[in-house]
Amino acid sequence: MAQNEHPGDELEMPDASRRHFLKQSSALAALALAPTAAVKAVDTGWDQKIAAAFEQLPLQVTINGTVQNVSIEPRVTLLDLLREQLHLTGTKKGCDHGQCGACTVHVDGQRVNACLTLAMTTEGSNVTTIEGLATNDHGATARLHPMQEAFIKHDGFQCGYCTPGQIMSAVACIREGHADSPEEVREYMSGNICRCGAYANIVEAIMEVKQGGKKV
Amino acid sequence: MNPFQFTRATTPKAAISAITKESGTYFLAGGTNLIDLMKREVIIPERLVDINKLPLATIEKTASGLRIGAMAKNSAVADHELVKKHFPLLSMALNAGASAQLRNMATVGGNLMQRTRCSYFYDTSMPCNKRGPVQAGPDKGKPNGPSGCGAIGGFNRMHAIFGSSSKCIAVHPSDMCIALAALDATVNVSGPKGDRRIPFSEFHRLPGELPQKDNTLLPGELILSVDLPTNRFADHSHYLKIRDRASYAFALVSVGVGLDMKGGMIQDVRLAMGGVAHKPWRLFEAEQFLKGKEATEVNFKQAAALAMKDAKGYGENDFKLTLAPNSIIDALKTATKTA
Ligand SMILES: Cc1cc2nc3c(=O)[nH]c(=O)nc-3n(C[C@H](O)[C@H](O)[C@H](O)COP(=O)(O)OP(=O)(O)OC[C@H]3O[C@@H](n4cnc5c(N)ncnc54)[C@H](O)[C@@H]3O)c2cc1C
Ligand code: SF4
Ligand code: FES
Ligand code: FES
Repeated sequence: MAQNEHPGDELEMPDASRRHFLKQSSALAALALAPTAAVKAVDTGWDQKIAAAFEQLPLQVTINGTVQNVSIEPRVTLLDLLREQLHLTGTKKGCDHGQCGACTVHVDGQRVNACLTLAMTTEGSNVTTIEGLATNDHGATARLHPMQEAFIKHDGFQCGYCTPGQIMSAVACIREGHADSPEEVREYMSGNICRCGAYANIVEAIMEVKQGGKKV
Repeated sequence: MNPFQFTRATTPKAAISAITKESGTYFLAGGTNLIDLMKREVIIPERLVDINKLPLATIEKTASGLRIGAMAKNSAVADHELVKKHFPLLSMALNAGASAQLRNMATVGGNLMQRTRCSYFYDTSMPCNKRGPVQAGPDKGKPNGPSGCGAIGGFNRMHAIFGSSSKCIAVHPSDMCIALAALDATVNVSGPKGDRRIPFSEFHRLPGELPQKDNTLLPGELILSVDLPTNRFADHSHYLKIRDRASYAFALVSVGVGLDMKGGMIQDVRLAMGGVAHKPWRLFEAEQFLKGKEATEVNFKQAAALAMKDAKGYGENDFKLTLAPNSIIDALKTATKTA
């Protein structure tokens, strides 16, 4: 295959052998049972497509402190990996297009939209989700993060759907040094939409954590 | 999202050769535009080359100014001390764009290359000359629906008032690029035929007969960095962005200004506008007029009138014919006062 002619190690092709294997494998064998469909599939390059669709690439990423070794299709977003494969459903899917912030997580300490992040690009990274924010989250000594406590105290939510994203974003907002005034908080939190309109209370919660001076 | 092959490049050379070899291959930077368009099947790549591991994220002083790597994140550029101090217009424009999360993902190269937000371009059931007919699956590439421009005679309140053609009236959506246009940036690229430097005003293009092409980048070319020449505008810079809500929305109209002032006199000036054309729109005539003049409202009004000379509305966007000159005057006033 032409794919094998890549220039040395500078271009990693994690999929080449896998693809080859899959092309011979059961998914396509099943398709071949319907002769006309199979012929058409080869004609249109659809066989490649099906091989790709079943293709799983290896990915190693640390999520909330735990190293995860998973196999995923290249088209899987970080959001879908978290929710569908790792069952970390705290991170929410709102718009799936970068427009609402419900999917906000930290990758190597930076807040990002998990819905527009291809999981494959997080290879070797550290991801923190809302599930990883509290300290020691099993047993009697479990303690919420100060931002989680402040959201509860100030009623920073109604339905709660946007809340994990709001909290992840709020923590990053303070760490970045963009929470010096309510105005600055409003601007730097604008990537998180709240359909219930809990904005006033969210700003209060963030300002309290910021002014409390605790390490976030 | 349609399936695709995924590869990772660790040197620019490998990335360029990978994209040159097979058609349907795209560079993947922050993904904030490309993944969005792939989910909507506006773009259906066969293969992505992940360029996030390329060593192109540095921001460094050069003999003639500043060099910003193509993979530098928008947030890293906006918050960089040298940028804030010497090119505040760029910081302001970046911070006016998207959200904090998206700016942490978006790169300088990807921002230059982002596609229009014209809603017909995004809706594959609508006619659009820029997108062209697209079809997913086995019939990929076959004609799909009517051709033509949906926005002409359609919903066009976001659209261009300068430099449009009968084929396309879309605008370039970037805020960052308005600052780069005003600051006379140069784009450094590398491709199968070697390296070249593209003056910023020649990087993006007008739609003309070929609205599919947003810019003058050649097939296989990779953006390496952007150079900014030293200037004297740091004390009097302003980016004014008018949009439908206070934050996290694309510009209806935006204005980037840099003034070099001495007393009340304008020694030199740079003006560029966003939300009005298929490319970042430099106001050369208005600049020429203001040079050597006093910074007065009368002069600002005259400059704005000069800038609007060739403007043309398409119905729903006629309000820009008033909003744009008012924004120019407003931005100039604010830039005069800052320091
Ligand atoms: C909800 C939302 C709101 C937004 N609001 C704004 C806004 O208000 N103002 C604004 O200016 N922008 C806004 N944006 C757009 C955002 O700025 C762009 O999506 C971003 O800059 C693209 O950068 P990226 O690195 O993510 O590019 P990608 O999505 O990775 O790539 C975009 C394109 O550039 C190509 N490319 C990337 N890097 C290179 C390179 N080095 N050389 C050659 N080609 C390259 C890719 O192949 C692709 O075709 C918004 C986006 C979203 C989703
Ligand atoms: S304005 Fe351009 S992008 Fe929008 S529909 Fe017309 S051709 Fe397409
Ligand atoms: S789900 Fe990611 S921004 Fe809305
Ligand atoms: S609490 Fe309901 S969307 Fe924010």
